[in-house]
Amino acid sequence: MQVHQFDAVIIGAGGAGLMAALYASEQVNTAVISKLYPTRSHTGAAQGGIGAALGNLEEDHWEWHAFDTVKGGDYLADQDAVDVLCKEAVDTVIELEHMGLPFDRTPDGKISQRRFGGHTNNETGKPVRRACHAADRTGHMILQTLYQQCIKNNVNFFDEFQVIDIVMNGDRPAAVIAIEIGTGELHVFQAKAFMFATGGWGKVWTITSNAYTLTGDGNTVLYRRGIPMEDMEFYQFHPTGIYRLGILITEGVRGEGGVLLNGEGERFMERYAPTIKDLASRDVVSRAIYLELKDGRGVNGKPYVHLDVTPKTVNHYLKEAGENRSIDAHYIESKLPDILDFCRTYLGVNPVSEPMPVQPTAHYAMGGIPTDVDCRVLGDAEGTVIPGLYAAGEAACVSVHGANRLGTNSLVDLVVFGRRGGKAMADYCKGAEFVELPANPTAEAEAQLNRIRQSKGKTRVATLRKEMQAVMSEYVGVFREEDGMAKAVEQVRELKERFENDICIDDQGSIHNYDLLEAWCLGSLLDLAEVTAVSALARKESRGAHSREDFKARDDVNFLQHTFAAMGPDGKIALSYKPVVIDRYQPKERVY
Amino acid sequence: MATNGTVKVELRVRRYNPERDEKPYWGSFEMEAEPEDRVLDLLHHVQWYLDGTLAMRRSCAHGVCGSDAMRINGQNMLACKALVKNLVRGGKGRIQVEPIYGMRVIKDLIVDMEPFMEHYRSVMPYFVNDEPAPENGRERLQSPEDRERFDEATKCILCAACTTSCPSYWANGTYVGPAAIVQAHRFIFDSRDKAGKDRLAILSQENGVWRCRTIFNCTTACPREIPVTQLIAEVKGAM
Ligand SMILES: Cc1cc2nc3c(=O)[nH]c(=O)nc-3n(C[C@H](O)[C@H](O)[C@H](O)COP(=O)(O)OP(=O)(O)OC[C@H]3O[C@@H](n4cnc5c(N)ncnc54)[C@H](O)[C@@H]3O)c2cc1C
Ligand code: SF4
Ligand code: FES
Repeated sequence: MQVHQFDAVIIGAGGAGLMAALYASEQVNTAVISKLYPTRSHTGAAQGGIGAALGNLEEDHWEWHAFDTVKGGDYLADQDAVDVLCKEAVDTVIELEHMGLPFDRTPDGKISQRRFGGHTNNETGKPVRRACHAADRTGHMILQTLYQQCIKNNVNFFDEFQVIDIVMNGDRPAAVIAIEIGTGELHVFQAKAFMFATGGWGKVWTITSNAYTLTGDGNTVLYRRGIPMEDMEFYQFHPTGIYRLGILITEGVRGEGGVLLNGEGERFMERYAPTIKDLASRDVVSRAIYLELKDGRGVNGKPYVHLDVTPKTVNHYLKEAGENRSIDAHYIESKLPDILDFCRTYLGVNPVSEPMPVQPTAHYAMGGIPTDVDCRVLGDAEGTVIPGLYAAGEAACVSVHGANRLGTNSLVDLVVFGRRGGKAMADYCKGAEFVELPANPTAEAEAQLNRIRQSKGKTRVATLRKEMQAVMSEYVGVFREEDGMAKAVEQVRELKERFENDICIDDQGSIHNYDLLEAWCLGSLLDLAEVTAVSALARKESRGAHSREDFKARDDVNFLQHTFAAMGPDGKIALSYKPVVIDRYQPKERVY
Repeated sequence: MATNGTVKVELRVRRYNPERDEKPYWGSFEMEAEPEDRVLDLLHHVQWYLDGTLAMRRSCAHGVCGSDAMRINGQNMLACKALVKNLVRGGKGRIQVEPIYGMRVIKDLIVDMEPFMEHYRSVMPYFVNDEPAPENGRERLQSPEDRERFDEATKCILCAACTTSCPSYWANGTYVGPAAIVQAHRFIFDSRDKAGKDRLAILSQENGVWRCRTIFNCTTACPREIPVTQLIAEVKGAM
């Protein structure tokens, strides 16, 4: 066991963690711990863009961005936090450019912007160009740029260290425990302030745009130590994943003029969202696809629809809309090179001349570790701050996304709140002391690993994971209802039992033991699946991504509030609720 | 083709577990695969159902994170972008997977990436411009043509497929290698950057660009289809 001491420790090296690291390390001794090499983080997979009302191509205002975000989130977002997000989006994006980020450019040399779902001109309701982009690899550019700046600033990295526990002393965090993947050794990282920026947990579901490594570890580590999880029932299914593989096809495709067509060749979004059509918010489009499939209008009787970005189709609809621009194959190649590559590689489909088969794919967690606008973690629904504990990025819930996130708003969230959190941690460290370590700080971490190592059951980890994914996809997916969710809770609990008593692993070694670590990650997914299903079951309304067949309407009287789910001392989940901050926009019916 | 389109694959994997094996050996696994399966799917099949001790790095599974460069049937590729149908002709065949060459093997398909990262860090792979930003608080301007100038280099995901397919690198591990040169190119040709000269000075040294013998292995290997050899030539040309 090795013990390290830093002022600030950041867990996670995606967009949120690296931005925080740049700011914290300017002022205090900072370390970043990441289970992956930083540039392997899933921020690098983000494609379409980062939203900011720069107004480079047409009139735009951060207040419009804020309203769109609140509406997109079906009025569950905290509006004070949304203001921070959208206002600071503008200068953080400029800051990224100053760090060298190679955005695409307009003819006059400014940052180029494109349309994206749910982003509108608030006066006309028509789509607005707000998504700043670097081809279809915006996230890659953000991740690379931030990592490059970290190298320039000599930030301390512990690469391939996986955090599996946090040690609390009373209600104060004292240390995190990480396993060095290359050796199997446990390390204790003592610090004054900790930030969790460990990303999402799409691997709870079968079809997902998320990486194999997105298993919600940071959330689970905190949850197991009594920290509540906020709004976990709100999980976004992106409408356009590649059929069967789930690989994401960015909304930027539709922003560039692509349209969704059902098996009859109909542009069905005209029926579901007459004004904004294919660029309605994601929850709306995913439900529309699901309903088309249910009514037998999939393509060739299969459970997918077509996403068509061929110049012929795009130009047809542009003309119909009275727009005087048209596109050609070269334009598509230059704006969407990676999308074309994915389709050609994995499907043998060439999107320049044929439509792409798509289906909804599990994509993004709106919920997570509750924080305030300075990323300080809240210990309960009353908003009690836990000194020294921070969270940012997809793992956190500020809440700026409410019940449904708009495209391009996660990348903004990472950099805006990564920056705020980094600064806040540094300020906190200057006035804080280390919290005393309890005796034997690694005891719980060791116990967790030993339970897995010594389990002598018959079920393979992959088999159990598959079962969990099937249960969650069936009952806690795009559409939900009482009986199904109750079944999900019950079955996930059974799977948890089996995880405790009936798994087996092959690798008893220390070096790069992924057999062991994947089992640990399954434990994490199971905990988050249970919290998700329990939170969803209790919310008897439809709002944003949480869509119930038995409660079809939004219920602002009873459910205009955030869910807080915490594990009680008896291991049972206790739910409580926190009011939504509404200071500017009163809830209205949501139509696109 | 076998029945219902599946392919019978013998997956041969170069194995080495320092806690167990004295030296590396070939492991062999038989399985039925779909033509569209990725080699990564086959490796997962082994890891998940046949032998959990198999070790490899991977994350995104669609060619954007750079974790899983391997030598597959003698060529460097990402396991998540290598499809069975492109490796096996007919209904039956062998796929052979090894760790990338020129690096110390730690366990199975996992190699020590530190020397690679060190070469990367040595070329100042970060934007430098200490001049004040525009007074209006906005972005620095750059024409679409100037932006296009270094576009290819920005696609790099640091997977190391290029560097570890390079005979010059195999012969001499102090050579910075193609990946580091691509990263330097990214900044040298960015009209906004001010440290191009410093990078060229680094790359003109003994272990810099002149060790490139224009063998083109790197260009063939690059999963991002970056014309690596051409970018190296451009850097040489700027000296
Ligand atoms: C395919 C795809 C496309 C997207 N496109 C867009 C887009 O165009 N615009 C947009 O706004 N959003 C987009 N998103 C969403 C957005 O990319 C993510 O929400 C965001 O990148 C998450 O960033 P993060 O910093 O929170 O976490 P990540 O980038 O996921 O990083 C997580 C980090 O935590 C580390 N970590 C995890 N567990 C542990 C542990 N136990 N110990 C130590 N380290 C750990 C990992 O190593 C990693 O460094 C997209 C998402 C996907 C999947
Ligand atoms: S240039 Fe290509 S092969 Fe080389 S590291 Fe970058 S992406 Fe990989
Ligand atoms: S797993 Fe990410 S590149 Fe292959």
